[in-house]
Amino acid sequence: MIADLGIAFGRVAFMMLFVLNVAALLGWVERKQSAIMQDRIGANRASIFGLRLLGLFHPLADTLKMLTKEDFRPARADVLLFTLAPFVSVFFALTAFASIPFGDTLRIGDRVVPLQAVTLNVGLLYVFAMLSLGVYGVMMAGWASANNYALLGGQRAAALMISAEIAIGASIIGVVMVYESLNLMDVVRGQGQLLWGVLPKWGILTQPLAFVLFLTAGIAATKRIPFDTPEGESEIIGYFVEYSGMKFGMFLMTDMVETIVIAGLCTSLFLGGWQVPYLYSAGFHFPWGAMLALPALVVTVLQVGSFVTKVAVMIFFMMLIRWTLPRFRYDQAMRLGWLGLFPLSILNIVLTGLVLLWTRG
Amino acid sequence: MRFGQRFYLYEVLSGLGLTAVHFFRNMGRHIARGLGRAGPAGSVTIQYPEQRRPYSPRLRSLHRLVRREDGSPRCVACMMCETVCPAHCIYIVADEHPNPDIEKVPARFDIDLGKCVFCGYCVEACPEDAIRMDTGILEFSSYSRGGMIYTKEMLLALEPAGPHGVPTSPVPIPPDRTV
Repeated sequence: MIADLGIAFGRVAFMMLFVLNVAALLGWVERKQSAIMQDRIGANRASIFGLRLLGLFHPLADTLKMLTKEDFRPARADVLLFTLAPFVSVFFALTAFASIPFGDTLRIGDRVVPLQAVTLNVGLLYVFAMLSLGVYGVMMAGWASANNYALLGGQRAAALMISAEIAIGASIIGVVMVYESLNLMDVVRGQGQLLWGVLPKWGILTQPLAFVLFLTAGIAATKRIPFDTPEGESEIIGYFVEYSGMKFGMFLMTDMVETIVIAGLCTSLFLGGWQVPYLYSAGFHFPWGAMLALPALVVTVLQVGSFVTKVAVMIFFMMLIRWTLPRFRYDQAMRLGWLGLFPLSILNIVLTGLVLLWTRG
Repeated sequence: MRFGQRFYLYEVLSGLGLTAVHFFRNMGRHIARGLGRAGPAGSVTIQYPEQRRPYSPRLRSLHRLVRREDGSPRCVACMMCETVCPAHCIYIVADEHPNPDIEKVPARFDIDLGKCVFCGYCVEACPEDAIRMDTGILEFSSYSRGGMIYTKEMLLALEPAGPHGVPTSPVPIPPDRTV
């Protein structure tokens, strides 16, 4: 009983610590990566006892700044909704990660523990439900601020979220058709098989169009550049214009966490999740017949490492996009969602169905 | 928009290629530098207070009053600079000079740097070459307006900048400057 509780706690704690720590680090990654892309050095001045560590203390300094700033509330704001909004926002972003598997099963004594915070048969639907609910925080913030710009930002966020979520939902149907499950663990297991006996059957190979569509719509769902119309810092500042202190910090954190969620989903659906090519529970089985037996613990560590690495690569890629492209105009973002991504996702479903019909008879 | 551009994908990928090339090139250079190898720098940043780019010899920096050989100011309090100053930031109080060959000497020569626009007219107007703006000192700031007023004694103590505009004398700190 206590052991079960401990294991459940450990699964959740690992996921929570992973997401929160990476979210905090993303501020640093964002600064440094953009700096290196633009031939700069980036923030490197915050120091503790003269130790700078490439500016790694800047997120810490930022957090301290946010915590100690005045927590301002506009006089005509709706107190309850205004206070609740950032919490709603960050809560749904954090819980969305729960059903993303970060490893295969782990054997502790006679217990078999799936390396996933929550085992859900409808994990995929759960993640999208949580991602969609996240926009409520943003809309609440926009409405409760009693500020026209905030209201505009909230409405833009809602419109953008709907057009993005439709495309996300439609684009993953192809993946579900190929791997025949809504359970993310099963989807990842399905990607461990081999395609034509050589290539790992990752989603990016079986569903290349869906990958592009999902990534585009996923970036739109994070509300970051190039889809930052709800924020639009050069035009309307957006739904958090009236927020200050840590509440503002929580909105920033929401964007970071959503980036991690989208990166984790991309990894799980298209990049093989925790799969290492040719690595099975007993060790490596290469297609040319060679074998390399490995102890179970090493395999698990390799798998978790593989998941973390893939998420990091996806985050790098999304940051690269964020620091390369300018913002889509509001109508362009809408048109891309409804006239670009959505019809293409439908096309992808039809194509996938035809191919499946042809290959499986 | 051309039909091909409506798909965004090609343009987006070419843009990503450009930034990715910059990222990996600069990252490689940073790592090579970090390992102690010589090579081009990964960034164009000048870490300002520690590193400085060389200043032009024409740079107009903090004023100084040129001294005679006996250490007294070359200024004869002719009021040319005070008259020409468009910002009215120079205040001179004239006094008799002990030497009868020299007519006057400034008893006070204050420059309010809070008002100064660094136009250099005072340097050009001076018939005695008594005021120059060649100290290379750029960092003077204060929490109070009074702290921006530099007196005759402070300006007399300054030396011209060395090669590349590196200041040779310390930044003078007014006595009423609050730290």
